[in-house]
Amino acid sequence: MNIVVCIKQVPDTTEIKIDPKTGTLIRDGVPSIMNPDDKSGLEMALQLKDEQGAHVTVITMGPPQADLILREAYAMGVDRAIHLTDRKFAGADTLATSHALAGALRKIDFDLLITGRQAIDGDTAQVGPQIAEHLDLPQVSYLEDLKFDGDKTFTMKRHIEEGYQMLQVEAPCVVTVLSSANSPRYMSVGGIVDAYQKEVEVWGFNEIEVDEKDLGLKGSPTSVHKAFARGLKPAGELYEVETDEAVGIIIKKLKEKFILN
Amino acid sequence: MNLEEYKGIYVFIEQREGEIQNVALELLGQARKLADELNDKVYAMLLGHNIADQAQSLIARGADEVIVVDAPELAEYTTEPYTQAICQIIEDRKPDSMLIGATTLGRDLGPRVSARAATGLTADCTKIEVGKNNELLMTRPAFGGNLMATIVCKNHRPQMGTVRPGVLFAMDADESRTGEVVNYEVKFNSAKFKVKLLETVKEDTDLIDITEARILVSGGRGIGNQEGFEAMDGLADVLDAEVSASRAMVDAGYIGHERQVGQTGKTVRPDLYFAFGISGAIQHVAGMEESDLIIAVNKDKDAPIFQVADLGIVGDAKQIIKKLTQQLEK
Repeated sequence: MNIVVCIKQVPDTTEIKIDPKTGTLIRDGVPSIMNPDDKSGLEMALQLKDEQGAHVTVITMGPPQADLILREAYAMGVDRAIHLTDRKFAGADTLATSHALAGALRKIDFDLLITGRQAIDGDTAQVGPQIAEHLDLPQVSYLEDLKFDGDKTFTMKRHIEEGYQMLQVEAPCVVTVLSSANSPRYMSVGGIVDAYQKEVEVWGFNEIEVDEKDLGLKGSPTSVHKAFARGLKPAGELYEVETDEAVGIIIKKLKEKFILN
Repeated sequence: MNLEEYKGIYVFIEQREGEIQNVALELLGQARKLADELNDKVYAMLLGHNIADQAQSLIARGADEVIVVDAPELAEYTTEPYTQAICQIIEDRKPDSMLIGATTLGRDLGPRVSARAATGLTADCTKIEVGKNNELLMTRPAFGGNLMATIVCKNHRPQMGTVRPGVLFAMDADESRTGEVVNYEVKFNSAKFKVKLLETVKEDTDLIDITEARILVSGGRGIGNQEGFEAMDGLADVLDAEVSASRAMVDAGYIGHERQVGQTGKTVRPDLYFAFGISGAIQHVAGMEESDLIIAVNKDKDAPIFQVADLGIVGDAKQIIKKLTQQLEK
């Protein structure tokens, strides 16, 4: 079985703070990480490899420093890593991003394409399904678990609000995985050393199969009209008092607001 | 693309087992407001099987026309048949905009449709306004809620957006409203149906929807353990409230994901939100800051939750829950 996993390097948004004085983002010192949903997708691929000997390729689209997560993927145990990077991809929204990735994926044989459900910097959950559409493949999003039935079908468990759904899907297909699906393995020590000996293939526009008009800024139907830090509302009252007094203050407030009689 | 040809605000009416979801009514309410401002019409797209009897109720909730697609292929949601149906409507009717609930269903359908229709989709909008040239300005959180971005889709139609449940307001049913119900037939290409739904399993039979609660008693890391959660249950009982939690507590397994408030959980807007031992990471705040009254208790006086709280208490959350419950029981 051939598996491709799409991964993305993202700023660790849980580490981003807002400057309370200026209301702007403090990005300094925020670490870059492999997107959590993608990492669980990668773990899912590696488990299939462990169980039945799949060949696992990772691909990322991003600036030169995204090489780091490809090395991390090598250290976790993947067989091949592709870095998709070209000025022509710059300024892409989700649709243009999905076109670039689909262009690269047309050059790779696979039975299963895995992406994370969404990336923590954008939270859109769009690129996976959009790739599936460009490649004319079935999709299952919000994946929690999957089993290969042999004979070119998978049984999948998809998360929904009320519980879950079990689905049967024909390969090749595209899935988008939740970070709650598993706990990704750590890089092995030997793996880390070897990761830097291995080749990361760098692909640009010339290596992929896509219409140039679908890429980058030109290929992006959406654009950012404006961006702003969310306004902070004026702080309320703050008390540092003994428990009994605190409870009294709460009850008084509830009465003021007619929540208690 | 001649943008002038594109008209109407189309709303995808999500139903599950024939039951129209609240988020669809919220979208209709918003679409109604936008349409009045744009002097345009609201179209509700009701897809499913044996669902036509519900069409009329959507007119009372703001639709001018209800497009009913009733087909066995749509009895239960899978991506491809629904995408085919919506895309046929897009091709046929040329909508100016389209709104979909940002549920696990809508976030599966939306991007697939946007890619097939080659148009832009703004995910998880929290606000939709009309711009200078009658384009839609869709505002959404980015960077884990740290930043808000207003997105436009200038030269492509329909302008698509998904909106999370609980963010917009439904209008009260107005039975005096009039409109049209149209049965719409879709030609399916079943050769492309490659996903088969085997079963849907509901994990919690007495499922609570925390977005509907008037009062929420919410707990975070500072609540500590199971005992802390039991104390919260006690307080919730006295107040006739529901219990909810921050992501940390869900990840720790003390409470189910369906009760998680925040960016990756639910957006809530109760009359009263108690934040006990919740530090107030931006991801959490994004899901509860619209609550009418926020009372926060945390032992760290610099906790960011105090920046959104109307009343903040620096102290031990567990002690205060216990005392408050005792007092209220009296």
